[in-house]
Amino acid sequence: MKNIDSINHVQGKSIFIDDITVNHGTLYGVVFGSPFAYGKITKLNIEDALKIEGVIRIFTYHDIPGVNQIGAIIQDETLFAESEVHYVGQPIALIVAETEKIAQKARDLIYVDLDEYDPIIEVSDAKEKQQFIMPPRTFKLGDTKAAWNNCEHIFEGKATTGGQEHLYLETQGSYAIPQENGNIKIFSSTQGPTAIQKIGAKVLGIPMNKIEVDVVRLGGAFGGKEEQATLWAIMTALAVYHLHLPVKLILSRNDDMFMTGKRHPYETQFKIGLSGDLKILAFEADYLQNAGASADLSPAITERTLFHSTNSYFVPNVKATVYTCKTNLPPNTAFRGFGAPQGIFVIEAAINHASNKLNIPAREIQKINLLKENDEFPYGQAAKDVELTRIWNTAQNNFNISKLEKEVSAFNNSNELKRRGISLTPITFGISFTNTMMNHARALVHIYQDGSIGISTGAVEMGQSVNTKMVQIAAKVLSVVPERIKIESTNTTRVANTSPTAASSTADLNGKAVQQACDALLKRLKSTAAANLKVKEDMIHLRDEAVFIDNEKTSLTWEQLVWKAFANRVSLTENCHYSTPKIYFNKAKGKGHPFSYHVYGLAITTVTVDCISGSHEVDSVKIVHDFGKSMNQEIDNGQIEGAVVQGIGWMTMEEIVFDEKGRLQSNALSTYKIPDIYSAPNSIEIIPLETESNDEAILKSKAVGEPPFIYGIGSFFALQDAIRAFNPSYKSEFDAPLTPEKVLLGLYEE
Amino acid sequence: MIEFILNKEHIKTEIPSGSILLDFIRQKKHLTGTKIGCREGDCGACTVLSGSLNTEGKVDYKAITSCLTPIASVHGKHVVTIEGLNLTDGLTTVQNAIKENNATQCGFCTPGFVVSLTGYALNKNISITGIKDSISGNICRCTGYKSIEKATEDITSILVEKNNHSTKWLIERKFVPEYFTEIPGKLFDIKAKMKINSKGTIVGGGTDLYVTRANKFQELDVDLISENDNINKIFINKNTCIIGAGATVSDILNFTRLHDYFPELENYFKLISSKQIRNMATVGGNLVNASPIADLAIFFLALNSKININDKQGGNRIIFLKDFFKGYKSIDINDGEIIQEITFELPEDDQYFNFEKVSKRTHLDIASVNSAMNISIKKKLINDIYLSAGGVSPIPLFLKNTCSFLKGKVLSSENIQKAHCVLKEEITPISDVRGSKGYKRLLIRQLYYGHFIKLFPDIINIYDIK
Ligand SMILES: Cc1cc2nc3c(=O)[nH]c(=O)nc-3n(C[C@H](O)[C@H](O)[C@H](O)COP(=O)(O)OP(=O)(O)OC[C@H]3O[C@@H](n4cnc5c(N)ncnc54)[C@H](O)[C@@H]3O)c2cc1C
Ligand code: FES
Ligand code: FES
Repeated sequence: MKNIDSINHVQGKSIFIDDITVNHGTLYGVVFGSPFAYGKITKLNIEDALKIEGVIRIFTYHDIPGVNQIGAIIQDETLFAESEVHYVGQPIALIVAETEKIAQKARDLIYVDLDEYDPIIEVSDAKEKQQFIMPPRTFKLGDTKAAWNNCEHIFEGKATTGGQEHLYLETQGSYAIPQENGNIKIFSSTQGPTAIQKIGAKVLGIPMNKIEVDVVRLGGAFGGKEEQATLWAIMTALAVYHLHLPVKLILSRNDDMFMTGKRHPYETQFKIGLSGDLKILAFEADYLQNAGASADLSPAITERTLFHSTNSYFVPNVKATVYTCKTNLPPNTAFRGFGAPQGIFVIEAAINHASNKLNIPAREIQKINLLKENDEFPYGQAAKDVELTRIWNTAQNNFNISKLEKEVSAFNNSNELKRRGISLTPITFGISFTNTMMNHARALVHIYQDGSIGISTGAVEMGQSVNTKMVQIAAKVLSVVPERIKIESTNTTRVANTSPTAASSTADLNGKAVQQACDALLKRLKSTAAANLKVKEDMIHLRDEAVFIDNEKTSLTWEQLVWKAFANRVSLTENCHYSTPKIYFNKAKGKGHPFSYHVYGLAITTVTVDCISGSHEVDSVKIVHDFGKSMNQEIDNGQIEGAVVQGIGWMTMEEIVFDEKGRLQSNALSTYKIPDIYSAPNSIEIIPLETESNDEAILKSKAVGEPPFIYGIGSFFALQDAIRAFNPSYKSEFDAPLTPEKVLLGLYEE
Repeated sequence: MIEFILNKEHIKTEIPSGSILLDFIRQKKHLTGTKIGCREGDCGACTVLSGSLNTEGKVDYKAITSCLTPIASVHGKHVVTIEGLNLTDGLTTVQNAIKENNATQCGFCTPGFVVSLTGYALNKNISITGIKDSISGNICRCTGYKSIEKATEDITSILVEKNNHSTKWLIERKFVPEYFTEIPGKLFDIKAKMKINSKGTIVGGGTDLYVTRANKFQELDVDLISENDNINKIFINKNTCIIGAGATVSDILNFTRLHDYFPELENYFKLISSKQIRNMATVGGNLVNASPIADLAIFFLALNSKININDKQGGNRIIFLKDFFKGYKSIDINDGEIIQEITFELPEDDQYFNFEKVSKRTHLDIASVNSAMNISIKKKLINDIYLSAGGVSPIPLFLKNTCSFLKGKVLSSENIQKAHCVLKEEITPISDVRGSKGYKRLLIRQLYYGHFIKLFPDIINIYDIK
């Protein structure tokens, strides 16, 4: 089944925040952000801006009736800066005017007097000055100290990964409308409607039930609208609170890039120890995570880095510590993979480092150390339904890894101006919110008396086709055609207290709730049918919109059955709650069973480097991926392709540059490059591995949103392989992204 | 007054001629299918088609980014947004191909892709520029493009049957709605040649002005360069090629005779911005913009081009392009002067040409360093040589000393390497967002040698420079 939105998408009929028909009297907001990275505000000068015709009001923290606090995990972030600013772009004021252009003009006239302090940009600086968001977190397994003695080979090194702009094509935005009795309705492009409602209520000093958040769809999010859509929504709500008129705020691309956080950059020192037969005996890593100016989701991202510090390998002795460094950059936030890709990059770098030193292919170390059934992860959970060896063998049989390697060397021997490289990237990704409390969802299903169906859940549609999956589930359980089913907007008054759409778990959690709700409705409909047809309930089946007695079709259609149930005063509405069983995690000990299941896979990446210019192409990415039993293969493949290309972008071209004053230099699409059609791999092949899967995966179809992002890491190591083929004295520093600049310098370094 | 057709609607408006087309479409006309992703020409979400009546009475359509388009430049034209492509019943062929191949996820980029691909289908020569190139200016963050590529394959498989520029065929095959047949007549009726009020700042394609100073120009009238007679013309007179300053990069590419002299032209120019931007960006704008990495400037410097500058009083002067660039963003032009045309001698048989550009992203990106070389060899001697380099000095640089060092010398690996020492002294790269100083030094070395390695592989190869 295709994405249910696709027909509207291709015709430009889908409605995003900026497309909503505005109400009479709508005003427009523009945010004034700090021009400085760190300092004390001595005076905010807004007088000239207020004089401009059409400017209605300028809001600052003085106008907040409740608490000026929007931190989700740690209470360390304001909506508007008070006396100090902590990063360039930090919101100080909201200008509301009759038009966006007027508000922009007014903004140009605002300036701050400020005592400037030296900002902290680098994590090393933050660590030296002991600037942390929270105390360091460590995961431990076995005893690394003791283990080093048993290691035949020990290698140490450094691995660095850069940040990444989400670059959702639709920028952040919100449109808030006053309702009667001081209620406010907010249309927001957010992954977390409940967060807006909850934090908004706190900021405005009103109960949650006075705020209604409605989300139709997002023009991309990738984690960037999980926490950081909240600010803009609350700003519009604040303006509505005071002005009693609708207020719209859509960030320009430039503002979005300046003001919002990105993927966390990491700098890591690692140490890896191997036995003579290449078993990894011990692994230590000290990750310096650049969290930016406030916590945002960093504590949770820190944790996921640790959860994935050993990727797909069993390592008996592990000590991994993340330092969540506080710097004067915009608060970094969730981004597809949520800290896992950063963690996985480090162990892959360590393995590659060892393989370079030992002069053997990395894959030999990778293969021998793959996780096996019941191996223990550093967080105590035992690995179950491990498919890695099967995946590896499937890749070997279908793609013939050694033949690919031979082709690469043949190419390199015969080509003067180009070199090829190849790499393998196994992945293991845990599914669930690692904060156990968040693993629940609800669904509200109405069957209307004419047989049509409306479904509300807490899931937010952002291109991942979660709504399509909800339709599939309901259609399957109720045996109706998908056309009967409408997915309603995600709305806090219909489905409350939701978790954000994140952690790849949304289809699982909300899907299970939809499934249960439909099951309950089905049961009631069956009993109506049984009574009507005067047979036992267990003989009744619904199939293809009709009632069957065992295998015999009756004349009772879906519509008639629904009407009969309604006429019999049977409830055609069901509200179901689902919470993931079994999972728990003891934060203090760093042990537990945080994931309901894992997703496994392997990618083989080949690249070709032009040795004159240093530019490159990704020739192919060949993947064997564990889908469980995919409920929608074409949509899941689309998730993989999109994630792979995003991962390649992170590893090879997307480079965030701040100057020493903490000002973003890569602040537009002209200076921050994400993959275009020419930078996509020439081919992406996906072999779906059907596996037994797990009951916690919806219809046994495993979560697919984040894990494949990690395949992109393969492009980094394939590029290094290609550079080495040209320049044997290449030092192979693990410093991502490996841009054409670094590639060229590597090709010619001495 | 500005008059044009927007989809089916005849528009007459008195708004300033510098107003942005995108805002007119979304805010005034509430056509929200055209999206805003960047307002800098870099994402393609705002792509629309602009169709102008040609001399045969047919309409030529090109894709443009409406976020950088002053409304003046669609005067007398047919502007098509996604809404203007929708059929009353069902999907167009392009829309269907996207849907069937799951080439839309969040959907925000999708209308832009549909419009660009339809622009390709409407093209006279569907073979010259590939279908992939038609979406070189469209960014998608969700799909990873593979599904979009599959959609383009489906579209191409239908388009191969198209053998002429027939609107009827396109309507039959559901590429465009039926009302497209009425457009030529309607455009004819507008008689676009009623000139619009031209005053204010000169605008070529607007792809520079509207990135840097949109706020200013959107409230003013502008002086559209294309309103000047003959300024878009490209022709060859004996051995001289004359390109009007108003000609766009696409116009140059479409001038087929030039390909006889520069067989690789398409490969060079494909590296310049994107399809949409090339459809808008003019030669004059590229030169006056005077960015140190301006691709056309680098290209034309190596052709030892001259430019013809007119003033308001009807006077004119001709100078070498290499003398036009004075310092960072400082050029030899006076108030009220406009560049009329650029001219150069076409290469002869013993002349070799090469253009190289390297950027962080190979396509739709500004060069880190670019360079062109034009060399003529007579009896193994370098008879004449013109080398240019961008991104290594405050201006698009003509490598004067390197050229004079090489001129008259034997074409040998040794001499080429010696000249590199001269080159090194001629450049002054700085570190910026496009690369560090050291990288740019290395890169210009590579591109310099690269010209010779590509053109004269028997004389010098990559191992000589390793
Ligand atoms: C997304 C994007 C990508 C780009 N990529 C590239 C690239 O790859 N390579 C590259 O070189 N450039 C690139 N550019 C820059 C720009 O497109 C080019 O420099 C283009 O050639 C400018 O031409 P224009 O007609 O659009 O200029 P305009 O914006 O119309 O004008 C630029 C300046 O020139 C003046 N002007 C225009 N014509 C004349 C004339 N005939 N006489 C006197 N003054 C005149 C104008 O007054 C203005 O000051 C890119 C721009 C964008 C938006
Ligand atoms: S909005 Fe991005 S190209 Fe116009
Ligand atoms: S589908 Fe989301 S940006 Fe293309």
